[in-house]
Amino acid sequence: MSVNNSPESIIDISALSFSRGTRQIFRHVDMKIPRGKITAIMGPSGTGKTTLLKLIGGQLRPDGGHIEIDGLDVHGISRQQLFTLRERMGMLFQSGALFTDMSVYENVAFPIKVHTKLPDDMVRDIVLLKLQAVGLRGARDLMPSELSGGMARRVALARAIALDPDIVMYDEPFTGQDPIAKGVLVKLIRQINEALGHTSIIVSHDIQETMSIADNIFLLSDGEVIASGSPQELLSNQTEQVKQFMQGLPDGPVPFHFSDDDVLEDLYFTEER
Amino acid sequence: MLNQFALLGRSVLDRLAGIGRSGGVVWQSLVAKPAPFVMFPLLLKQIYFIGVLSLVIIIVSGLFIGMVLGLQGYTILVDYGSEQAVGQMVALSLVRELAPVVTALLFAGRAGSALTAEIGLMKATEQLSSLEMIGVDPLRRIVAPRLWAGFISMPILAIIFAMVGIWGGALVSVEWLGIFEGSFWSNMQNSVSFTGDVLNGVIKAVVFGIVVTWIAVFQGYDCVPTSEGISQATTRTVVYSSLAVLALDFILTALMFGDL
Repeated sequence: MSVNNSPESIIDISALSFSRGTRQIFRHVDMKIPRGKITAIMGPSGTGKTTLLKLIGGQLRPDGGHIEIDGLDVHGISRQQLFTLRERMGMLFQSGALFTDMSVYENVAFPIKVHTKLPDDMVRDIVLLKLQAVGLRGARDLMPSELSGGMARRVALARAIALDPDIVMYDEPFTGQDPIAKGVLVKLIRQINEALGHTSIIVSHDIQETMSIADNIFLLSDGEVIASGSPQELLSNQTEQVKQFMQGLPDGPVPFHFSDDDVLEDLYFTEER
Repeated sequence: MLNQFALLGRSVLDRLAGIGRSGGVVWQSLVAKPAPFVMFPLLLKQIYFIGVLSLVIIIVSGLFIGMVLGLQGYTILVDYGSEQAVGQMVALSLVRELAPVVTALLFAGRAGSALTAEIGLMKATEQLSSLEMIGVDPLRRIVAPRLWAGFISMPILAIIFAMVGIWGGALVSVEWLGIFEGSFWSNMQNSVSFTGDVLNGVIKAVVFGIVVTWIAVFQGYDCVPTSEGISQATTRTVVYSSLAVLALDFILTALMFGDL
């Protein structure tokens, strides 16, 4: 299904600007996401990492700039074309976002049934294979409310790859997971990426897990890309901002204190307004 | 001073924008290529949730309101020796006013709030985003069947309400208070006209059904996706739809019966 317009990058983001209310989230961001690799987008909370995924998926509209997927401008095409383009994308939401009124099996079968006219037994085979890939074939009859957080995310992963998409986007896949579930997800993302040969984009601030699987990392802060490169390149980067994030230092360019007036002056000389 | 004007202007603009967005939601949900094989099972399921599950509250309320009407009507009319007209009074008040209005108010509380909370939760748990990313339009898949189910269920519920209410009125006035059964029913038959009363009552129910469902679905779809946002949206659904129903009832009554 993939169209190889440009061999090296599948998503091309140029001069992207986006703001929410008065807050500017992205300022002329440029990014090229390489095809077939695992790219991580990292940065402190609130830098718009999830927003970036929603912009790529066409759920939000940028104020300026372009996002092209295989040469197709995500925000310049019709609603119908956008929905067709999304068949080539899978997205794993932070909460899993399973449909609560459907069983595990039906959740994974849903995108297949919507987009293909395959007979039921073939759909069944695909669903069971996808569930097998995430280790949850035995949980097919459970409802989402009966799953643990880690299991729900694995089912959501099975659903995201149900149509063998070209691009899979992971929104904070490791957040709130126990170490075992984290380990499982790291292994799955790597395995599935190698087996299916698609492009993975991981949005995360879990440094260890992300570093262990990413081929390529973009570090976002204050609406700009402050560093990019391989995990090793980022680790050896000596910029203050990069060092603070990569080593998890409490104080630095991102200050520990919300406001920086003098504490003594505040305590003794400022009257409450 | 200037600030207050600005705030006023902002809130008016926000409201107008909200009305515009809600129109857009309904338009995009309902105006599309029909897909009966996908839509029909979804519609049936929603009619069950919205309509069938509201039956109990509608039947019980209808029964009691009919019984109260019978009792009150009797105690007033008996002073003038015209207690035979209870049937007429019960039927007219139910068919013209109480059935559509009370059903709509109950419907807003029972089905409307549930719709808002359900869609709001789907938004908060990213199920709507997830549908979009799968390439399915949530307006078509989630919103449209619920809108249609509300439009269809509400008039039927109002008709059931009126029937049960009339039966409740008969129960009290004929079985209990001993009004002659023949005059109870024949007075009713003579005074209630199909086009003038029944049809107008159903038209009211249709209008209320559209308004309440529209408000409920839009409030859910447009809510702030947090627990606080959902609870506020649910409250807004009940308040806005109750006010809309009562105001519209006056306007419709003036149009339908105003030139008597």
